[in-house]
Amino acid sequence: MLGNEAVARGAYEGGVRVVSSYPGTPSTEITEEIAKYDEVYSEWAPNEKVAAEVAIGAATMGARSLTCMKHVGFNVAADPIFTVSYIGVNAGMVIAVADDPGMHSSQNEQDSRHYAKASKIPMLEPADSRECKEYTKKAFELSERFDTPFIIRLSTRISHSQSLVSLEERNDLGVREYVKNPGKNVMMPAMAKKRHIDVEKRTLALQEFAEECEFNTVEDNHSKIGVITDGIAYQYAKEALGNQVNYLKLGMVYPMPKKLIQDFAANLETVYVIEELDPVIEEHCRVIGIPVVGKEKFSLIGEYTAAQIKEVVLGIPAPFKYQVEENVPIRPPVMCPGCPHRATYYVLKKLGLTVSGDIGCYTLGALAPLNSVDTCVCMGASVSAALGMEKARGKEFSKKLVSVIGDSTFIHSGITGLIDIVYNKGNNTVIILDNSITGMTGHQDNPTTGKTIKGEPTKAVDLEKLAHAVGIDRVRICDPFDLEAFEKVVREETEADEPSVIIAQRPCALLKSVNYGAPVIINQDKCKKCKMCMKIGCPAIFINEEGNITIDHSLCNGCGLCMRMCKFDAIEKVGK
Amino acid sequence: MKVMIVGVGGQGTLLASRVLGAVAMDEGYDVKMSEVHGMAQRGGSVVTYVIYGDQVHSPVIEKGEADVIVSFEELEAYRWVSYLKKGGKLIVNTQKIDPMPVITGEAKYPSNIIEKIKAMGIDVTAVDALSIATEAGNQKSVNIVLMGIMAKHSGIDCDKWIQAVRRTVKPQFVDVNLKAFQMGYGLA
Repeated sequence: MLGNEAVARGAYEGGVRVVSSYPGTPSTEITEEIAKYDEVYSEWAPNEKVAAEVAIGAATMGARSLTCMKHVGFNVAADPIFTVSYIGVNAGMVIAVADDPGMHSSQNEQDSRHYAKASKIPMLEPADSRECKEYTKKAFELSERFDTPFIIRLSTRISHSQSLVSLEERNDLGVREYVKNPGKNVMMPAMAKKRHIDVEKRTLALQEFAEECEFNTVEDNHSKIGVITDGIAYQYAKEALGNQVNYLKLGMVYPMPKKLIQDFAANLETVYVIEELDPVIEEHCRVIGIPVVGKEKFSLIGEYTAAQIKEVVLGIPAPFKYQVEENVPIRPPVMCPGCPHRATYYVLKKLGLTVSGDIGCYTLGALAPLNSVDTCVCMGASVSAALGMEKARGKEFSKKLVSVIGDSTFIHSGITGLIDIVYNKGNNTVIILDNSITGMTGHQDNPTTGKTIKGEPTKAVDLEKLAHAVGIDRVRICDPFDLEAFEKVVREETEADEPSVIIAQRPCALLKSVNYGAPVIINQDKCKKCKMCMKIGCPAIFINEEGNITIDHSLCNGCGLCMRMCKFDAIEKVGK
Repeated sequence: MKVMIVGVGGQGTLLASRVLGAVAMDEGYDVKMSEVHGMAQRGGSVVTYVIYGDQVHSPVIEKGEADVIVSFEELEAYRWVSYLKKGGKLIVNTQKIDPMPVITGEAKYPSNIIEKIKAMGIDVTAVDALSIATEAGNQKSVNIVLMGIMAKHSGIDCDKWIQAVRRTVKPQFVDVNLKAFQMGYGLA
């Protein structure tokens, strides 16, 4: 079972009743799995802040609740989470956050363990799928016992690794009684001052609990070397060092125990702290007076390997490796064949526009050969940053500037930026890349798709009306595959003396409903080798060994965008 | 046993690793698998790990460790071959897919990759799995053709593999995939 599936299973068995999340790699599958259980209410929220608030509301009213997000999603949700720390819970509440060391699919590499300390919310960290289930299930119980939400910290290699899990029955405790209690549930200064005292008392109690918590385990192999570790780093350490060292595996990473660590270190010659990303455990050890070897030997950056650990701790160099002498060309990710964004970026590049980008598949528009996107910060920033760009460089600059943002990302946090543009008299043009789905994370429905997480029909946000409602008078809808018309629309809207929204509508090529039919072929008799078709950067179009431009039929999905590029009608459909 | 399945995003490496994982689990092994999702999946170089044995710790495989690498594409075989342990085996589909730097002309696709890998002293089984899959009825079953070849070298009973394929692929594709599996198995 995938780590994420195991978290879902743990929540299910632990009696979760309400789950609200926003998708984000590597956390997405937790909520997708939960959606398969009919006993549990689940939803995709517009963003992580909303999701956390839904979970808080449910827990306050007595239902065990869960919210899941990726590490950067926690930034969005941090506001309610820092204060629910003061409020505590009625029924148990769990926050699952998945970090991405190595940045497989993220814009930064932040370490979520800092959030536990900063918000004073206890954090558990499983090291395989079995623990994912066990810790999540237990977290609901502990949440109620200590009157605080619990955070489950995951990472890519935990979330997206599969290992064996045994299943148990669901323990549904029903909905707890709700008693009105403003002193606890209404956080304004007078109440919050009192609650802060309770939070500090709770932290002391949790520190005591950490000393005996079953998830903090010592493995004594009668060695003079000790390793303190957590999460996936434990697995790498075990792989590298086997039974040659003693281990203290911290399954509870906030708050951390004091005496347990001191006792563990007592008779050891050297203690290593092996943790990916920041020196969180290491700094704790130093504060409690334990000299450890940590980041002076291990990296702050990326994922660890067992070979590295073996070399540092045991001095054994990495094993034999076959060497490839030649330069192997990199293979960066690309937009899929048939992707609607390819057409959009072709036009933006042709017009020489500055492009304020956002988070999604379409960030790939920054790469060759489209090289279109200038900036990408976080969800929603394409819109608000573009207003800042205009304020910095003036209205004329803004006429050569566009924002690009996906439909789901626009709802997540682009709409607030658009309101800022209207309110503060910006002249920006915002292109909403409406591909009818949340693409990057693997096709989740969102408020614009008209379907819930369970596939039930619901009201869809009408992006056109929404833009009008916030005060955008110029709203255009256009299919980017209609290259000429789309170019004309972009030209007109960027040149206009008022803000505008262009909704570039064409569905994601990977949607089941999209069927472009047969692939296309290049008629070599007609081909002039002008390479116009290659300007769109479709991975299916390449130059073969004979120097002919060719289409790979194992990749081509027949979208026909290249046919529109060809001035010599040399690209033809092979069948229907 | 440490197996790496490498290829280009969209080629079906994930499904192949799930078939292998299911087989290893049925055999009673401790199994760990590591996958890639999200941005990494979009037509880029992808790798999944399947590790099984009495007790498995790390879900990833490092350089010089893999017993077998199954590559869905030649350049990807070349990229990941340093992960093979000495005496390890490479199963490679002879398909070539140009990466974007080659398409844009910034880089060249290396020539004669399979010969070069063989010259390193590596045991290579190279097959045109795309043609076989097409013959079986669906070019998307390249992954199962390659699992057929893997099966032959796995020391695990063929019937167990067939059961795992049945369970893992979508119901409407069971027949074509079983044919693809048999064709791959027969080849090796």
